[in-house]
Amino acid sequence: MSPTTLIIILLVLSTFGYYVGRRRALVVGCDSAGVKNLHSRPIYYGSLTALCCGIPAMLLFGFWLTFESTIMTNLVVSELPEALQNLPTAELNLQVNKIRNLVDGNIVAGVVEAEIQAAADHYRNLQATSNAALAVAAISVAILGLMIVRAKITPLLRARNRVEQIIRYMLIACSTIAIFTTIGIVLSVLFESIRFFNAVPIAEFLFGLEWSPQMAIRADQVGSSGAFGAVPVFVGTLLISAIAMCVAVPIGLMSAIYLSEYANKTFRAVAKPLIEILAGIPTVVYGFFAALTVAPFIRDSGDLLGLGVSSESALAAGAVMGIMIIPFVSSLSDDFINAVPQALRDGAYSLGATQSETIKNVILPAALPGIVGGVLLAVSRAIGETMIVVMAAGLAANLTLNPLETVTTVTVQIVTLLVGDQEFDSPKTLAAFALGLLLFVVTLLLNIIALKVVRKYREQYE
Amino acid sequence: MIAIREINEVGFVGQMPEQDTQQQVRAATGRVLVNRENRETVGEITVDHPRMTCRDVNVWYGDKHAIKSVSLDVGRNEVIAMIGPSGCGKSTFIRCLNRMNDTIEGCRITGAITLDGIDIYGKNIDVVPLRAQVGMVFQKPNPFPKSIYENIAYGPRIHGMAANKAELDEIVETSLIKAGLWNEVKDWLGQPGTGLSGGQQQRLCIARTIAVNPEVILMDEPCSALDPIATAVIEDLIDELREQYTIVIVTHSMQQASRVSQRTAYFHLGDLIEVGSTPQIFTNPSHQLTEDYITGRFG
Repeated sequence: MSPTTLIIILLVLSTFGYYVGRRRALVVGCDSAGVKNLHSRPIYYGSLTALCCGIPAMLLFGFWLTFESTIMTNLVVSELPEALQNLPTAELNLQVNKIRNLVDGNIVAGVVEAEIQAAADHYRNLQATSNAALAVAAISVAILGLMIVRAKITPLLRARNRVEQIIRYMLIACSTIAIFTTIGIVLSVLFESIRFFNAVPIAEFLFGLEWSPQMAIRADQVGSSGAFGAVPVFVGTLLISAIAMCVAVPIGLMSAIYLSEYANKTFRAVAKPLIEILAGIPTVVYGFFAALTVAPFIRDSGDLLGLGVSSESALAAGAVMGIMIIPFVSSLSDDFINAVPQALRDGAYSLGATQSETIKNVILPAALPGIVGGVLLAVSRAIGETMIVVMAAGLAANLTLNPLETVTTVTVQIVTLLVGDQEFDSPKTLAAFALGLLLFVVTLLLNIIALKVVRKYREQYE
Repeated sequence: MIAIREINEVGFVGQMPEQDTQQQVRAATGRVLVNRENRETVGEITVDHPRMTCRDVNVWYGDKHAIKSVSLDVGRNEVIAMIGPSGCGKSTFIRCLNRMNDTIEGCRITGAITLDGIDIYGKNIDVVPLRAQVGMVFQKPNPFPKSIYENIAYGPRIHGMAANKAELDEIVETSLIKAGLWNEVKDWLGQPGTGLSGGQQQRLCIARTIAVNPEVILMDEPCSALDPIATAVIEDLIDELREQYTIVIVTHSMQQASRVSQRTAYFHLGDLIEVGSTPQIFTNPSHQLTEDYITGRFG
């Protein structure tokens, strides 16, 4: 029986359990006059039955699938001939993969040995047994749950409270999934980073001025020994982000002021969604735009002025990224400017302040914490941006503050380190995790600051 | 008060007095009242040497006719109270007096309003100095999220009224003294104005308005967000301010109107129904609608 069929059967059983439970509640809850004296409404008895029927069976199903593969592989491996079992781990894994491929009917590389074919058959047998056992076990658990709850239904059973409790546990489980995923990501990056720092000292990584991760993988290869100083990469990130903010903050803030204070309703209704569309354009499209339109334009303009501009420049990437994050600044600022109470505007106007004085002296200071929060969110977006920089700013890790030169960013380096065939225990690959960890810490700090500022703003008016 | 008691004795509470087909109805007291259908303003709208005059003022919000042909004079150094049920246009009317309605989209105003004989809706009028001359205090205290000192200093600063810091300090101090707030806040001038109590915030807003040296102060229900004690303090303040300023106050409290004002104007659904001296309006109204309102029959 395939897992899908089993799930469908379990769902059908649960639905059936719902009706059984409800019917049973109605039977035990009604006296001869037909008056209901149940503790809870009948649907709760039905729900309780359905939940007790479905959830244990589903849990069993989940655990079974999680551990099935490991257990069966171990069983199969233990049946293999001695010679094969004594192979090194890496080669043994290759053989196991070969067996799995055979079982799945995939094309297998090389010649299939007799013992491997036998192991595959064994595996296939085990799988069939396991599936059948799972189906029997899960369906029995479901029916057992259904029977037990049905037997327990009396007018005094507090079904509603039970159901609410179960649902609360389900909600807790869902919310912890997000938390555990975050923790899992952080930990996996952290452990890989620690492996990296075993190979490269942490001080060298944080303060080294040269980034050149290409190193010899094999002893006989001719290659540089690799330099893992993260400073040029981070300077590149900061340079591009700074350029992006120089574009996005003035344009975003001023458009927000125009939209919220000067524009009439019709214009606002049209312009605001149009600006927000900027945030919905895929970054790879911005990348085309930066690489094919903006970068050559900047290079040609630089040539006219007698400046040597490389064809991939920080300026092009930063400017286009700035355009991309305009909506972050303008939309949030617009919201915060609108949140400034009309009473404050009236107060300023009634003192004879002009509109510009009101905006400069009353509205912007009042909205400033919110605007700062929006800008910080935009900064963390800019730091994490990859595609535009890959396409428009290049890959060379120059330690420079000149926006006309090629620079690279943390995210771009991570991509280039992990793309293609890699060895996952060389410092070159592990450096990506260290960079990721550092980037994560930086954006996390920015987000915390942004949230703090925004929260402080909330306290101000209420 | 007399009118109320007499109506009660005759037993008219809760039911409408009989109406004649003519323009007037006979009240239970034997006084003659203008009947409800008549929306011409009753009473003397003009005063000698007015500070402000309004003639045939109409206001539309989009299609809604919010103020219908209102004519009224505001005298010098008087407190004139605007009363009437919610939505009757009294706030809209006083917002015309310093052109605060200009900030509302879709608002259209016709008629003539003058300040010291000059048409404030004239072509050459700049609203900025006008609003300094005709200040406004709002229903809910709205101090700027700045220090107490900066709240007061803001107006004088944007109008360039102080040549140096000493003069600005002087203006801040005088304004706070006039608003009766100086003794309470003189040691806390650097603290945020939003940290004061509601009544203090409202006096801060009055001080802020006084600081730009206006001629007329418009008050839009200045005490509606305050407790009775803070209200009493503000009412005393209004009485003192009358010596230097003309005050137009909108209020929902008839007791407040009778305590602080010399003249009272009753608005009803955009019409100015009756104007007169405050004692006359509250003891001997001439219009049926005014009597209905002050006796608590509606509103």
